[in-house]
Amino acid sequence: MKYFKLLLSLVITLALIYLLNSKMGVAPAFGKFLNPFAGFWQNAENANGWKDGEEKLDGLNEAVKVYFDERLVPHVFARNDEDLYFMQGYITAKYRLWQMEIQTANAAGRISEVVGEKALDVDRMQRRIGMGFGAEAAQEYIAKDPESKKLIDAYCKGVNAYINNLSPKNYPIEYKLLNYKPEEWTPIKVALLLKNMSNMLSVYEYDIENSNFVAKYGNEEFRKLYPDFIKDEDPIVPVGTKWESRPLTNGNGPTNNTTSSIVNRQSSMVNTIIQKPDEIMGSNNWAVSGSKTKSGKPILCNDPHLRLSLPSIWYEMHLVSPSMNVYGATLPGSPAVIIGFNDSISWGVTNGGRDVRDWYKIKFKDDSRDEYEYNGQWVKSEKRIEKYLVHGKGEVDDTVIYTKFGPVVFDKNFGTADSKKNLAMRWTAHLPSNEFKTFYQLNSGKNYEDYINALKNYTCPAQNFVFASRSGDIAIKEQGLFPIRDKATEQGKFLSDGATSKDEWNKFIPSEDNPTCKNPVRGFVSSANQHPTDSTYPYYYPGVGVYENYRNRRINKLLSEGKDIDADFMKKMQSDNFNVHASEAAPVLLSLLDRNNLTKEELKTVEAILKWNYYNNPKEVAPVYFEIWWNELRKLLWDEMLDKSVPMKQPNFYVTVQFLKTDSTSVFYDNLSTKEKETRHDIVLQSFHRILDTLAAKQFTEVSEPYGDDETSKQNDMNPHDWGTYKATKIGHLAMLDPFSSTHVYSGGNLGVINATNSSNGPSWRMIVDEGTMKAFVVYPGGQSGNPGSKFYDNGVKPWSKGEYFEANFISNGEELGAKKLFKSIYKPK
Amino acid sequence: MKNFIIALLLTVTASLVLQLFLPWYIVAVVAFAVAYFVKQNSFSAFASGFVAVFLLWVLYAYMLSSANENLLATKVATLLPLKGNVTLLLLITGIIGGLVSGFSALTGSLAGKIKA
Repeated sequence: MKYFKLLLSLVITLALIYLLNSKMGVAPAFGKFLNPFAGFWQNAENANGWKDGEEKLDGLNEAVKVYFDERLVPHVFARNDEDLYFMQGYITAKYRLWQMEIQTANAAGRISEVVGEKALDVDRMQRRIGMGFGAEAAQEYIAKDPESKKLIDAYCKGVNAYINNLSPKNYPIEYKLLNYKPEEWTPIKVALLLKNMSNMLSVYEYDIENSNFVAKYGNEEFRKLYPDFIKDEDPIVPVGTKWESRPLTNGNGPTNNTTSSIVNRQSSMVNTIIQKPDEIMGSNNWAVSGSKTKSGKPILCNDPHLRLSLPSIWYEMHLVSPSMNVYGATLPGSPAVIIGFNDSISWGVTNGGRDVRDWYKIKFKDDSRDEYEYNGQWVKSEKRIEKYLVHGKGEVDDTVIYTKFGPVVFDKNFGTADSKKNLAMRWTAHLPSNEFKTFYQLNSGKNYEDYINALKNYTCPAQNFVFASRSGDIAIKEQGLFPIRDKATEQGKFLSDGATSKDEWNKFIPSEDNPTCKNPVRGFVSSANQHPTDSTYPYYYPGVGVYENYRNRRINKLLSEGKDIDADFMKKMQSDNFNVHASEAAPVLLSLLDRNNLTKEELKTVEAILKWNYYNNPKEVAPVYFEIWWNELRKLLWDEMLDKSVPMKQPNFYVTVQFLKTDSTSVFYDNLSTKEKETRHDIVLQSFHRILDTLAAKQFTEVSEPYGDDETSKQNDMNPHDWGTYKATKIGHLAMLDPFSSTHVYSGGNLGVINATNSSNGPSWRMIVDEGTMKAFVVYPGGQSGNPGSKFYDNGVKPWSKGEYFEANFISNGEELGAKKLFKSIYKPK
Repeated sequence: MKNFIIALLLTVTASLVLQLFLPWYIVAVVAFAVAYFVKQNSFSAFASGFVAVFLLWVLYAYMLSSANENLLATKVATLLPLKGNVTLLLLITGIIGGLVSGFSALTGSLAGKIKA
């Protein structure tokens, strides 16, 4: 009996320890996670415990001083660039380690190592589109440039110096929740982060969707619904700019196909695509010359729009060495400042969005897939075996076939497509490139020549780089590596034939021929993801569904009208909520709406839309009505394109409005799911009826902060259906943990509005640099610390949502911070 | 009673020191050893083990979280999900540590008796 009791007690004890030390499903290992000595309580950092410190680090050449200001922005003062980047790596890891790792794990297709089999298909997609392949090509290329290699290595050393000094109790909380640990940081991860950006930004192509549409509805409808250029185009390089015409061709020889090649591609109905964003989100940037500003010097602005996340995609930093004094947004995991300014120049980016990804149908000789047809011959393919170390399952292997046209993404082993269709994808992100060098050169750039020179190396994702200098120049250039495409065959717009060299990428547009605009007469340059050029640009590029055409028109209008512009003018402008699309669409919709049989409530809705000034301000109700109406109408109008088995792209907003306005009859007006034959009046009315139903069915959650801090006005004034509440922006945690997210953020804006904030995306960084007053204003929807337990985790969200800014402490000596200094850390070589 | 207090203090002190550099389940070894050498009846042994680590964990967690203004604990208590109740999270923390330590102490005490 004694022994039995002892045994029982021992078994219970050991079982408890075992259970509490293992992760069960989504639940953390409770003993590990909850014990205060090493569990999450250790991440509950002292909210006011800032003090100066000194530390010795292995790998530094000389001492580096780091001053943290009142928003925890580090100002790093180093005596050489190697130490500067070492410290950038160290400090970034200190505040953003988990984010750096999870983002690279995502890029590398390694999420299943952490969360198990449920992420395997996501991982396979990442590897099959060649993320790792592209990163390796970039890393090899970078290694050939000794300076880049040295600085990237220094950055990695800094990250690792932090990781190696980190005891498990100090791991970021996400490691503790998911029960894993950080690993060594390597140059390939730096490359992967840039590929991650490419995978977010250079994915706008609709080859398969376009081919499907033409196969189903014919060429004529395609031309009408997917034009390369639209009437109201206001391109980045102003209309009428003269181009030096260089007769460069794609180098594939004369095409024997003088008629449109679509005809040849009609049979290609394909049911697998990579999901893409429904509409372009994009970004804004502009620079105004001294002739239009109060200070007489340029002002530069930038707000890149991305999926909003916590920790934020950006980490704000100030980096000072003898060769540079640069401030701005850095990408955690990658050295240098990506968007920012120094003492001579400022720059910012918007997504170029140009189609840099083409799909090819591959014909294999046999099931071994060892050879594929190319110009009448059989060419050997290459095989790359991708190994996945799936958590809880073990190793899974996947063979990806590589051809001249890139990796075969969809084949018998992947995707829901007809397994006989092998689809390869060529992408500029697969090409060797060194984007780091561009940013390094910009960071230390002095003038226009340095800017143009820095951009030469930049390949992918293509960006519109805006520029301003203290000496008075402004400029903008769309930079990326673009294949020269054949215009006659509209190369790259449709699914291409991989059995010939006809649509192969052979030559690329020289950087000096990329659209550029310097000091234009109108006194400003701008971009908002619109067409880079008008149709006279000598090189062909597909324009289907890739470009936005609302924000650019609003920006250019405001900048044309603006006089004596200062930072305050720019602050208002970056938060401008005027909805150009609604101003064009609402009158058309209202004119098509039969108001005879509307209920009283519905008539009030009509009234509200009629009275609306087209601003998507948070307190307005009309934008809610319009938004629902428009979305429901698109569902009814383009229901033909909702069929997932034949993916097609919905025509963009602009085309849709024009179509409704001018086409009185069309096959598309008919709703496929009803017996009746609908007209445009019918679907406008039906979608209108859905407004109030949708609102009635929607569960509203009170927004985080409806009307400032004033509780009374909140009680009296709150309209549960106003735009800010309806839109309820969510800034989601990277592991989708709601308590670590900012949910129901109240603000204005929308797609196609300068303040392009919708429910999940928006301006991820707002920056205004006044080259005259030498002041810069910044804000981003997050905070400097990646720790959800820090008060600097999301302290930027509220000011951001209200359109407020912080002045950057652009100091030349740490002590200048004065009372704004939170603490300083001095790092010395060991 | 005297032995209860001795066992309690020994368990608290040794757990505190050893957990600074060893995994959390070292408390089981401590509780076992203390109960093995400090003679008590089974119930008292369990109780002293439980109370020692319960108190140690709750108090330390409370200290850390207070300095943090309960910022993180509130979020974790929402995640787990305890509706953001930090007190409940503290109690659960203590109970988990206490149970492991308590059962280990019970085992230690039983083992001690067999030897005797």
